[in-house]
Amino acid sequence: MYSFAPLIVLFPLLGFLINGFFGRKIKNETLVGSIGTLAVASSFVVALLIFVEMVGSPVEERKHIVTLFQWIAAGSFSVNVAFQVDQLSILMTLIVTGVGSLIHLYSIGYMHGDAGFWRFFTYLNLFIFAMLNLVLADNYLLMFLGWEGVGLCSYLLIGFWYDRNFEKGTTGDAAKKAFIVNRIGDFGFLLAMFLIFNTFGSLTYESVFAQAAGFSPGVSVMFWITLLMFVGATGKSAQIPLYVWLPDAMAGPTPVSALIHAATMVTAGIYMAARSSILFSLAPATMEIVAVVGLLTAFFAGTIGLVQNDIKKVLAYSTVSQLGYMFLAVGVGAFTAGLFHVMTHAFFKALLFLGSGAVIHAMHDEQDIQKMGGLQKYMPWTFRTFVIGSFAISGFPLLSGFFSKDEILWKSFADGAPWMWVIAALAAGVTAFYMFRLVSLTFLGKERFDHHHVHPHEAPKTMLIPLLILALFSIIGGYVGIPHVLGGHNYFEEFLEPVFAGANAKMMLPMHDSAALELGLMAVSVAVGLLGMFAGWKIFTEKPEIAENTAKKFSGLHKLLWNKYFVDEAYDAVIVNPIKQTSDKFLWKIFDVKIIDNTLNFSAKFVEATSNILRRIQTGVVQSYAVIFVAGILFILGYLIVW
Amino acid sequence: MQSYIPIFLMIGVSAFLGIVFLVLQRFLGPHRPNPEKLSTYESGMPPVKSARERFSVKYYMVAVLFILFDIEVIFLYPWAVNFRALGLFGYVEMILFILILLVGYLYILKKGALQWD
Amino acid sequence: MEFFSPTDLLGSSPILALGLFSLIALLVNAFLKNSAGMVFYVSAVGIFVAIGCSIYTFPMNATAFSDMLLVGGYASFFSVLFLVIALFSMFIAKPYLEREQYHYGEYYVLILLATIGMVMLASSADLITAFLGIEMMSVSFYVLAGYFRGKLSSNESALKYFLLGAFATGFLLYGIALIYGTTGTTNLLRIVTMYPQPFNDPLHIIGWGLILIGFGFKVAAVPFHMWVPDVYEGAPTPVTAFMSTGGKAAAFSVFLMTFSVPMSMRDERLMTVLAVLAAASMLLGNWFGLSQTNLKRMLAYSSIAHAGYMIIGIASATPMGQQGIAFYLVSYALTNLGAFGIIAMMEKENGGNLNYEDYAGLGKRKPALAALLAMFMFSLTGIPPFAGFIGKYYLFASAVQSHMTWLAIFGVITSLFSTYYYLRIIVYMYFKEATNHEEIKLPGLTFATVILCGAGIVLFGIVPSLIFDLMKSIF
Repeated sequence: MYSFAPLIVLFPLLGFLINGFFGRKIKNETLVGSIGTLAVASSFVVALLIFVEMVGSPVEERKHIVTLFQWIAAGSFSVNVAFQVDQLSILMTLIVTGVGSLIHLYSIGYMHGDAGFWRFFTYLNLFIFAMLNLVLADNYLLMFLGWEGVGLCSYLLIGFWYDRNFEKGTTGDAAKKAFIVNRIGDFGFLLAMFLIFNTFGSLTYESVFAQAAGFSPGVSVMFWITLLMFVGATGKSAQIPLYVWLPDAMAGPTPVSALIHAATMVTAGIYMAARSSILFSLAPATMEIVAVVGLLTAFFAGTIGLVQNDIKKVLAYSTVSQLGYMFLAVGVGAFTAGLFHVMTHAFFKALLFLGSGAVIHAMHDEQDIQKMGGLQKYMPWTFRTFVIGSFAISGFPLLSGFFSKDEILWKSFADGAPWMWVIAALAAGVTAFYMFRLVSLTFLGKERFDHHHVHPHEAPKTMLIPLLILALFSIIGGYVGIPHVLGGHNYFEEFLEPVFAGANAKMMLPMHDSAALELGLMAVSVAVGLLGMFAGWKIFTEKPEIAENTAKKFSGLHKLLWNKYFVDEAYDAVIVNPIKQTSDKFLWKIFDVKIIDNTLNFSAKFVEATSNILRRIQTGVVQSYAVIFVAGILFILGYLIVW
Repeated sequence: MQSYIPIFLMIGVSAFLGIVFLVLQRFLGPHRPNPEKLSTYESGMPPVKSARERFSVKYYMVAVLFILFDIEVIFLYPWAVNFRALGLFGYVEMILFILILLVGYLYILKKGALQWD
Repeated sequence: MEFFSPTDLLGSSPILALGLFSLIALLVNAFLKNSAGMVFYVSAVGIFVAIGCSIYTFPMNATAFSDMLLVGGYASFFSVLFLVIALFSMFIAKPYLEREQYHYGEYYVLILLATIGMVMLASSADLITAFLGIEMMSVSFYVLAGYFRGKLSSNESALKYFLLGAFATGFLLYGIALIYGTTGTTNLLRIVTMYPQPFNDPLHIIGWGLILIGFGFKVAAVPFHMWVPDVYEGAPTPVTAFMSTGGKAAAFSVFLMTFSVPMSMRDERLMTVLAVLAAASMLLGNWFGLSQTNLKRMLAYSSIAHAGYMIIGIASATPMGQQGIAFYLVSYALTNLGAFGIIAMMEKENGGNLNYEDYAGLGKRKPALAALLAMFMFSLTGIPPFAGFIGKYYLFASAVQSHMTWLAIFGVITSLFSTYYYLRIIVYMYFKEATNHEEIKLPGLTFATVILCGAGIVLFGIVPSLIFDLMKSIF
């Protein structure tokens, strides 16, 4: 089955080509949508078959490299288009194609009637193709290709409705912001790649990791490689300081937010870190930076989410915050825990986004939760699934989010530091609070919308089916990784652990056997979560005035949170404006207009002048051609003889 | 370069001789011109009009084709001389060669390249 | 005198097949009236048969006719390339000639005869065979360039090409004579076994210098390039397409094979001369290209620049450079055939519609055509993922490998120049409003060929190993 791995990548490419070339001509929406959905679903089936075979085979035989063809070979530099199928990549593939096909299906309903219907599915399939290249590549260059590809698709899809306004500008501005911020990160990744090639003389995982195993922790080059990689990851996975693009990315259609900006693309940074776990394990300093950045992101993004009123913005900050958790896990060396959260997060966050999409759809493109309320009555199924997602993300016991988040919390205590656990647990409480604030304001309480203009209705079947499936997985998705302390068996960890064997050997994490401590901490974090959920529900369904009073009382803090810590403004003031100023005053008016333009004008004139002179050589008279010919002969023979 | 010295010597000597004879005839020969002597063809017919006249393209066609088939005949000479040595192989070869030219001949015949009018 | 061996017949089978079919085509043309279409099919069949023969002999690695011809491998690879080029250029030519009302069978016969010369060039293991091939090809080209006998520009093109071509041939022949004089043989395989002794004689290196001049003319290297713009502009567009791809590829195949002999000594003098020629061609080709307004003329200067890029591969004298040239020729041939195919479709009677302005707004008028032309321009510029990028990459890398980094840098800078005039057409197509609203007809045969070329440059750009794997068994 392994040799069929290229098919996984091929199907979405085919879908992209068919819809891209003929989509405009196929007037039938169902056909275009089906082609797009089937392409991804077929990949999912192939990936599933490979997964089944992998589970059935001994641990040592689970890694396979399928080489398609040699891509570039020049001197010592050689790169193949080859796919590495192992536990890690197949997990990511299953998430990408599984959640991806559900979201494709959902989009058929969501995008119904849009003029760019075929364009949407074309981009979406291209995205899946690039993402699969990213996770299945067997070398950093191909991964980078996928990395850039998903960035491009993200850009195209954020700006999909390029003629719509978004906040202060247009969706095009949001798309540009995402692209530029990502490029900053990509530059880090690129530098990391150069350093890797310089250090190991190869970009293939096999050979890089095999050589890395010979290093001992603390080598400075490893610090730089991993730090630069992490810079790349902060861009793609929206971490401090490059997270600012993700909330703006909500300008795109909601299925895009669900697929790209929640479930798959933004986890690329985690995947890269996990894939390069052995390199990270050799750089303890980077690991610490990763953990702290992740933790801070988790907390601060969560607090911003507390006061936002745009349904998708809340979810966006929640995504940033959850990604912070994943990096926290990576930073403390708990790679499996991080990936476990990648998986469960993909389920419930996709669910939440799709649910919010159904709400927006029903409310005729209204996104302000202050103008909603009481939607439970109109869209019961959306409500039920949305609540399940909210319970899951809040870490309600025995739902998927509980298992994965709890594992991260425990590892941050055990392998990190107690203070990390405290902040992380607080952030969990914050998460629970804003999620239930969202549920209450949207579905419960008084109906605050205008009945004359808005007639909420339940979503069509193509949208509901994905919601139900994702809800199911949000409930049961966690049972593959029940912690030992609860008497379960962590299949997930057992499955993935061989991938990180090399890294674990380098880190030599301390062993912890204190079941009582683990249980105690679990109880505390669950209690914090429940408290947050209860508060969020109680305050915003029954006593919204409490929230208003608190906001007034701490108006400074509220203003700070409402304005997202003024980070966008700070970036504008410190980075964007100075750059704009220098580009306007110096780069444009002086450098561009005076120096470059003048140089260009001069060179244009120079070329014109010289070609006017040279044109006299190209007279059209054969005799003069022969004269030049002879001059050339004299030059060559003269050189050869005189030498 | 050593081995080329005779060649250079040869060039030098011939150039020298040429110049010497030109100079000598200037000094030694009598110099008595008359109109008859200076005409283009001293003992021929006087030219009637300019030689730079347009010829019909037909002349060139025939000339070119003549050269072509003339060269074909030249190829036959060395073959004929070695006819016995080349034997059957040479015979077949030559027939092929002539067949190829025959195709060309048929082509020009059919296209009317040899028709004068 | 012994008879031919089977290897001889098999090795020369592509040439024999082409010869046979060209004779048949000539007879068909002579004896049937209005037979141009028929001749087209006969010639196409002949090319397919020759392709079959070439592919069949590919695994053989031998010589034929007492080391006069190479068989298989190198010869087969290039023969197939030339044959495909000939076929494609015929596809481009048929609708074009029908439109211009110049559709005669002789055209295809001449294409076949020129192709015989090309195949002979790629197969030559001896300077005499190389000379025969060059003449066979060139004479056909002289006639083809003047194919529009009623048009002054076409006649001028043919005459200029003929005069300078004959001039260059003289030097080639003189070079061959000097090589024969200093080694006692014209056979490349024997000359190389005598090395390094012949290099003691200055006449030997001058001989190679003279051969270099002859080939330099055929590949259009500066300073032997003066004929190119006039001839390319004046000749009928499908002929230009054929000359600039097939002619160049054939000249490079023999240039590469012949010069692998003296370059095996890595002689400093020859390397320097080649490097200077490469640099001059890249510089002047791209420089003159900047100020052109006529697309055919622009592509003529571009072809000079591309000759410069490819000479880098010969100058570097490494397997990587040789493979780079072979790959580059494939990508260049496909790209130029495609571009000329589009020009042939766009052209109006009497050489109209050939300027940049005539392509304004093409992106809206014919989106598919504009997209294809944009792809070809990107490939010529050397932008991934098109084949042109991979070719350039290998050539420049080979220069670095041979410690001629300056040449690689020079190449990169001059390709930067070239972006200006390649991308200018894209600016015209997409960012300017159409001034001309005449209907553009896209003949199916030509359009299909152009699409094939486009598919080829994408395919080879993404999966270059399709060609490089073949070349591993050649070089």
